[in-house]
Amino acid sequence: MYNFEFEKPASIADAVAALGDEDAQALGGGQTLIPTLKQRLASPSKLVSLTGISEMQGICMDDDGRVCIGGASTHAAVAEGASAYPALAALAGGIGDPAVRARGTIGGSLANNDPAACYPAAVLASGATIFTNAREIAADDYFQGMFTTALDEGEIVTEIKFPVPEAANYQKFEQPASRFAMVGVFVAKFADGVRVAVTGASEDGVFRWAEAEAALSANFSADALADMAPAADGMIADLHGTSEYRAHLVGVMTRRAVAAAS
Amino acid sequence: MSQVKMTVNGKEMSGDVEGRTLLSQFLRDTLGLTGTHVGCDTSQCGACVVHVDGQAVKSCAMLAMEADGAEVATIEGQAAPDGTLNTIQQAFQDHHGLQCGFCTPGMVMSTAALLKENPKPSEAEIRDYLEGNLCRCTGYHNIVKAILAASGQDVSALAAE
Ligand SMILES: Cc1cc2nc3c(=O)[nH]c(=O)nc-3n(C[C@H](O)[C@H](O)[C@H](O)COP(=O)(O)OP(=O)(O)OC[C@H]3O[C@@H](n4cnc5c(N)ncnc54)[C@H](O)[C@@H]3O)c2cc1C
Ligand code: FES
Ligand code: FES
Repeated sequence: MYNFEFEKPASIADAVAALGDEDAQALGGGQTLIPTLKQRLASPSKLVSLTGISEMQGICMDDDGRVCIGGASTHAAVAEGASAYPALAALAGGIGDPAVRARGTIGGSLANNDPAACYPAAVLASGATIFTNAREIAADDYFQGMFTTALDEGEIVTEIKFPVPEAANYQKFEQPASRFAMVGVFVAKFADGVRVAVTGASEDGVFRWAEAEAALSANFSADALADMAPAADGMIADLHGTSEYRAHLVGVMTRRAVAAAS
Repeated sequence: MSQVKMTVNGKEMSGDVEGRTLLSQFLRDTLGLTGTHVGCDTSQCGACVVHVDGQAVKSCAMLAMEADGAEVATIEGQAAPDGTLNTIQQAFQDHHGLQCGFCTPGMVMSTAALLKENPKPSEAEIRDYLEGNLCRCTGYHNIVKAILAASGQDVSALAAE
């Protein structure tokens, strides 16, 4: 790992200022960034830790009934504290292992937008809003392909607000080595329709499966999806599975999520 | 170089670190606490698990500067000062929960965190909690047994190996 300076500001304003320096980078829980630095795939001049910013911690409910989660909240904190949105709490409790959950943060996961990460599926299926130090971004505009988001250089994810669906569930088929999602499907049923977001499967990162959303909005039952699966075209193919296999899994995991949704 | 201070196994410790110094390096190289093992250095194996402010973390994936001011617990602080093993360590010995012993510091620290959260975990809960702790020797069976025993539960329920 190349050396860097380290700063740990106590407020969002100070963090934004510190990130103004050339080649400065935010540090969340470090569960993705530290391994990346070890491989010398990144060489920031300065890391600005977000873990000391109390205004980015914590979980609450806003006046619109949305569950609001501070951008530096750890996966463990969400698993424990997001009981108003059980499917989200369960998703957080299934990320990695306890030690990863004790450090990794929701903001870091969303900024990274790994194509196999879990949170992007919850954010997109819930139609959540991502708040940064500068603006708010709708989930539908935020995810822009593998490891790509709407965030600008130095922009910090400070909070995420999740509308709570009537019923929801996340089903993750674990890639056997990394235990990330080989395919993960988050289904969220709202009064005005169903949203289905799929992670792990597509070369374009997390996506909404429109066909399943239409079928489930008409009839919210696993049978409504019968043998449905998205096209294998554009699905990830690697040593863990072909694109056809992943497309098939998307159908299976979506049906399981619908059956389990509560 | 900057100075960090932390309480390690109840004692105030300090030392100079670079920005990039990992907590695992600080513990091992600066403080000489080599019980914390570095198996993979890629966040996979859990041999480096220590507690920071009561939570199990992988010390190879945390900067020493992030632990400035924290309470850190390592394997060296588990046994009594006279060397008497604690309940978890004794159970690992009694039930052959280790062979080469390389993963054991991380296993013991993860177990301590588990039992604090869940004093009587089921076999499934134990296996789930240890997802991030790899062992190349034991096949996990005797580790699970040791943890059942350490939590005062009947180990005969676990199928004979
Ligand atoms: C063994 C292991 C298993 C894992 N399993 C899973 C899994 O099953 N599912 C899953 O989804 N993930 C998994 N992860 C990834 C984990 O969830 C990471 O915690 C997460 O991807 C990154 O969060 P972090 O806080 O650690 O971010 P960091 O590693 O600190 O940062 C990642 C990136 O985000 C940027 N960043 C961090 N915080 C912010 C912020 N608030 N605003 C803007 N930018 C920010 C950083 O600059 C960096 O570019 C696993 C990781 C490991 C090591
Ligand atoms: S050495 Fe830290 S997880 Fe393997
Ligand atoms: S006892 Fe050898 S790795 Fe676990």
